[in-house]
Amino acid sequence: MLDFPRWKVLSIWAIVLIGILFSIPSLLPPSARQHWPSFLPHSTISLGLDLAGGSHLLLEADLQDLTKQRLQTMEDTVTSEMGRGDPTIAVSDVSTSGGRISFLVTDPTQVDAAVERMRSVTQGVGLTGTRDWDVGVVDLNRIVLTPTNSGTQEALKNAMTVARDVVRRRIDPGGTKEITVITEGSDRILVQVPGVENPEELKRLIGQTARLEFKLVDLAADPQQVQQGRAPAGSQVLPMADGAGSMAVKRRVMVSGDQLESARQGFDQDGRPTVDIKFNADGARRFGRVTQENVNKPFAIILDDKILSAPNINEPILGGNAQISGGFTVQSANELAISLASGKLPVKLNVIEERTVGPDLGADSIHKGVVASLIGTAGVILFMLITYGRFGVYANIALVVNGFLILGIMAVFNATLTLPGIAGFVLTIGAAVDANVLINERIREEHRRGRKIIDSVETGYREAMHAIYDANVTHVISAALMAYFGSGPVRGFAVVLLIGVVTSVFTAVFFTRMLVALWLRNKRPKALPI
Amino acid sequence: MRLLKLVPDHTNVDFMRWRNLAVIVSSLMTIAALSYSAYRGFNMGVDFVGGQMIRVSFAQPINVEQLRSRVDQLHLGEASIQEFGGPKTYQIRLPKPPGGDAAANIAATKTKAMVTADYPGARIDSVESVSGKVSEELAENGAMAIIFAMIGISIYIWIRFEWQFGVGALITIAHDVSMILGFFAFSRLQVDLNVVAAFLTVVGYSLNDTVVIYDRIRENLRKYRKMAILPLLNLSLNETLARTVVTSLTVLIALAVLMVVGPEVIFGLSLAIFLGVVVGTYSSIYVSTPVLVWLGVTPDSFVKSEPVATPGVEKA
Repeated sequence: MLDFPRWKVLSIWAIVLIGILFSIPSLLPPSARQHWPSFLPHSTISLGLDLAGGSHLLLEADLQDLTKQRLQTMEDTVTSEMGRGDPTIAVSDVSTSGGRISFLVTDPTQVDAAVERMRSVTQGVGLTGTRDWDVGVVDLNRIVLTPTNSGTQEALKNAMTVARDVVRRRIDPGGTKEITVITEGSDRILVQVPGVENPEELKRLIGQTARLEFKLVDLAADPQQVQQGRAPAGSQVLPMADGAGSMAVKRRVMVSGDQLESARQGFDQDGRPTVDIKFNADGARRFGRVTQENVNKPFAIILDDKILSAPNINEPILGGNAQISGGFTVQSANELAISLASGKLPVKLNVIEERTVGPDLGADSIHKGVVASLIGTAGVILFMLITYGRFGVYANIALVVNGFLILGIMAVFNATLTLPGIAGFVLTIGAAVDANVLINERIREEHRRGRKIIDSVETGYREAMHAIYDANVTHVISAALMAYFGSGPVRGFAVVLLIGVVTSVFTAVFFTRMLVALWLRNKRPKALPI
Repeated sequence: MRLLKLVPDHTNVDFMRWRNLAVIVSSLMTIAALSYSAYRGFNMGVDFVGGQMIRVSFAQPINVEQLRSRVDQLHLGEASIQEFGGPKTYQIRLPKPPGGDAAANIAATKTKAMVTADYPGARIDSVESVSGKVSEELAENGAMAIIFAMIGISIYIWIRFEWQFGVGALITIAHDVSMILGFFAFSRLQVDLNVVAAFLTVVGYSLNDTVVIYDRIRENLRKYRKMAILPLLNLSLNETLARTVVTSLTVLIALAVLMVVGPEVIFGLSLAIFLGVVVGTYSSIYVSTPVLVWLGVTPDSFVKSEPVATPGVEKA
């Protein structure tokens, strides 16, 4: 017991000092942190949204929307592939019902050629040789394209990667905020924005797909048919954004939001808010050509399948600049500009979970948590002192060191402290002394049985170790499961508990053992004050 | 300085004398708690049933009935309004709207708009909106975590001790968890994600006491090969009693402080752990230990499996 080599003493003190050093930056107020010498550790514990205030949003990709989009794209591909010369293949009865595309090849001798063309536009997925669409023939001349499972998964994966970047650009166009945007699972995106004042704006920004399209208005369509939702071949009926009826437009896209260079909020000559867009070179060229060919005809500006407005082309628009109006407020025009500039979302995202905490409540929680931690610690310290005297003092020193070590380790790993994490901290304070209680009670017991002082202490530490070890493993099991299954704040609680288990074994067993050994060696006490 | 000894030296309580009574009481309580929980159900928070919860701090005390009727006028389904932590702080719960996620958003927005318009100076403290899908997953994950923790810890005890101890641990955890379930069903306190964290903590902590006592039983079984099982269990319980009392008290001190002065949001979590520690202390004495008698633990239980370790233990 007394045999405590110098290197051991030094290394224990070194661990304690390093731990305290790492914990200090997190305890300093932000203003004082600047004066903290830069050669010393300066990573800090981050505060969870429930303490710092902010919004947590969980977004889920709308799979139906994605499937619909893929079908539409494939339908367009069918038309363009079959319409290619050398020779063109006449098709009819193109349908997208039942989640697959089917069409009739008019000339039965061309069926094989049509299958060949469709096969060539499908793409391989992964390394297994699966394609993203299955091409089959039924009833001799009907070709059926069915999306494969792996094709859908691949499309989802690609869409999620793009969507994540788009979401980030929309929330933080400047790229300056400390936001978290990560994909979770196969179809979810987790967004965490600290200190947000208005989560509604955030949700509007993310909720808009922002697919902008310019299409020509189909003037040949019969207004009565349009009212019933029917459009001639090559056209479609779309609703007006303000709810005032609907309109038939050509399916072919003149130019789309993909060809934008920039989008800004502006005003028209009457001072009404607008979104001013500028096409890139390719977009400007196409826009110029189509407007040139269609002077004096109206075209529709379509956002997410709703017609914002359908102005007349008075003259060819050649510079690539356009102004979108449509009953905007300054704020909604601004939001649309941000959404357009950040690109369209490849898939619609739904908010399936929202947790927003106001900054005041967060600050209040921190304050109460700190007060509870301090009073709790003081209570435990007092109790240990009157129960174990000198040995209680050692346990208390260990307890305080333990507090610093937990904070220090959290800072090193840049762990997040959540509100339940504060509870975990207070709980750890109460439980950390358990190892010392076990040891001290065992020392009392051994001493009562007539062992000599040093022998009692030695046996006390040794015998108590079994129980300490087993008891801590049970905590590790439950805390690890909590960390694995729990979400956000609960995980923060588990992390504090886990760290607390490890540090408390170090402080309560090794650290106090050293303190006791040094005392026994230096003072050679005649009685055991326990 | 005279030190405080809550449990005097040479304490010798015949705990096992009341073991049959304790077992009957514990079993009845467990059955009662479980059947009451099943019958009454829980006051599940939005985490587990979906819907929205909005917490508001008003500038001055308000008329709850007026607030209730104003919320009802928004026609967002059956809202529940509760005081939360003080006379000026309220929590408004809205059910999951039938219109899906978009409708949920609108409901929360409408409520917030009403509060800020009708109550100047009111502060929206937090908004939680959970869809049905997410809440199902959270509930499932929470249940899985608790079940895995129970099984995982029991298997660990089985490996470290003997199968009887593993079974004893499992019964003890089941008892403790049932008690707290019953308490939440009875008190109508809201069950949210934090409460699940509390359950897991209770699973860990209730076993803490049990493990310490089991450890001593194992030690004594090896030491006193000729002693009958009941006196041996009593001896082990008495030897560890001081530690049981001191540790439970330190944890309870810390938790009591957290409940009284800590943040309101985690009151449920603190209370659940507090109760868990109380129940766990009782069950480590009167559930986990008597079980060993029926499962037939004898000094031979350890000799067979660890023949090499025996001589060393006897010497000590």
